[in-house]
Amino acid sequence: MNERIWGILVEGFGKILLASIKVTIPLTIIGFSLAMVIAIIMALVQYAHIPVLKEISRIYIWIFRGTPLLVQLFLAYFGLPKLGIVMEAFPCAVMVFALNEGAYCAETMRSALEAVPEGQMEAGYCVGMNYFQIMRHVVIPQALRTAFPPLSNSVISMLKDTSLAAEITVADMFMSAQKIVGRTYEPLWVYSEVALIYLVFSTILTFIQRYYEKRLSAYNTRSTEVGVKGGTQRS
Amino acid sequence: MSMMEIKGICKSFGKAQVLKDIDINVEKGDVIAILGPSGSGKTTLLRCINFLEKPDKGSMEFDGVRYDLEHIKRKDIAMIRKKTAFVFQSYNLFANKTALENVTLGLTSARKMGKAEAKEIGMRMLEKVGLAEFKDHYPIQLSGGQQQRVAIARALATDPEIIYFDEPTSALDPELIGEVLLVIRKLAEDGMTMLVVTHEMNFAENVSNKVVFMEDGQLIEKAASKEFFANPKEERAKAFIKNIRSQHDA
Repeated sequence: MNERIWGILVEGFGKILLASIKVTIPLTIIGFSLAMVIAIIMALVQYAHIPVLKEISRIYIWIFRGTPLLVQLFLAYFGLPKLGIVMEAFPCAVMVFALNEGAYCAETMRSALEAVPEGQMEAGYCVGMNYFQIMRHVVIPQALRTAFPPLSNSVISMLKDTSLAAEITVADMFMSAQKIVGRTYEPLWVYSEVALIYLVFSTILTFIQRYYEKRLSAYNTRSTEVGVKGGTQRS
Repeated sequence: MSMMEIKGICKSFGKAQVLKDIDINVEKGDVIAILGPSGSGKTTLLRCINFLEKPDKGSMEFDGVRYDLEHIKRKDIAMIRKKTAFVFQSYNLFANKTALENVTLGLTSARKMGKAEAKEIGMRMLEKVGLAEFKDHYPIQLSGGQQQRVAIARALATDPEIIYFDEPTSALDPELIGEVLLVIRKLAEDGMTMLVVTHEMNFAENVSNKVVFMEDGQLIEKAASKEFFANPKEERAKAFIKNIRSQHDA
């Protein structure tokens, strides 16, 4: 590695990092937060068997899971203007990622809700709680715990998928790398650099996942290291 | 005056009729043991009375008001449930809540009681079942017997007029049954009204004051417990007692 390449990488690092702060990270955070809102609503209407809404939710999931993310991005950014719906690239990407990820997370949430034993609901009714109180205090917290590992998977995969947004002119990390390659003709070094930065971000997310999984597992473990003072006594 | 009177309760699952025209009369302070072979409809009866299953037919008088069980309103179900409590065979403690939170959730959430007051009641109930020191344990960190005692504390916390027990000791290891029965026996001595589906014959004979014997969804015999065990009238009840006793001796 000579000095020229070193210079390109150092300069590139700053640019790519700036693009991550301005675009990739906000896109991931906003997109995934909206995806979770969509997912929880879609999962709840199915769990509660609400007519019509339940069917709408199935159709939504069917369409957004059944078509490629890249095609959805193109359709929204280049296709919708033909119908008079014009969006800036960034909000357009946020919308597509939220809808796409929402469809996957809705299924994760639905299965997690269904995994909560029926007896939890019955016990809630028997102490006088109503449906919404039981959902809020008992069922949803347990479902979120179950859904946490697969949801973490989703957020990590979404972080990487945001690189597709470069295709609709969103100036994310990958777009920034592409520009540097266009100028310097060093695809091996620069794309390796951007890959490494993605890897660092994914690793950070993995550590966050591990930390919260441990904290959330208090009621899932017999050990007393987390959550409980003073030793377990099983008679 | 009876506190709760159930008349003509019927329930089918598909083609199988599980409850056939059952009448039960509960007076204040009664401890009624519901006995019978498995599949006789005991649990379904209890679940119908608390609307965990929807009865097909029948009526219930509770606190002087009569309800048609087939057309009972949601609001009435909610009202009756606030005056009753249920202890499950498999405990069904809220898995994401500590022992104390399990006991207080019905107060803070369903009855909008203040946290401090609920906590005080919760601790008193945990003390009653001998588990005050386990207040911060999650259900999975407790033994079956301890979980069932927390479940009983949870049932007591809402100050119910009647508690239903659905085979409260059937899921327990033999050495843990005693601690749970002891708690229920203490409640009986305090005058709590209880309906207990059980296979514990000693409990039925010595703690309950009345026995209801069911088979094939029918109520075969109702009697004072001493009388039922000393002198069962119906052939099927006689056979059941004999069978259970011989298993016990073996």
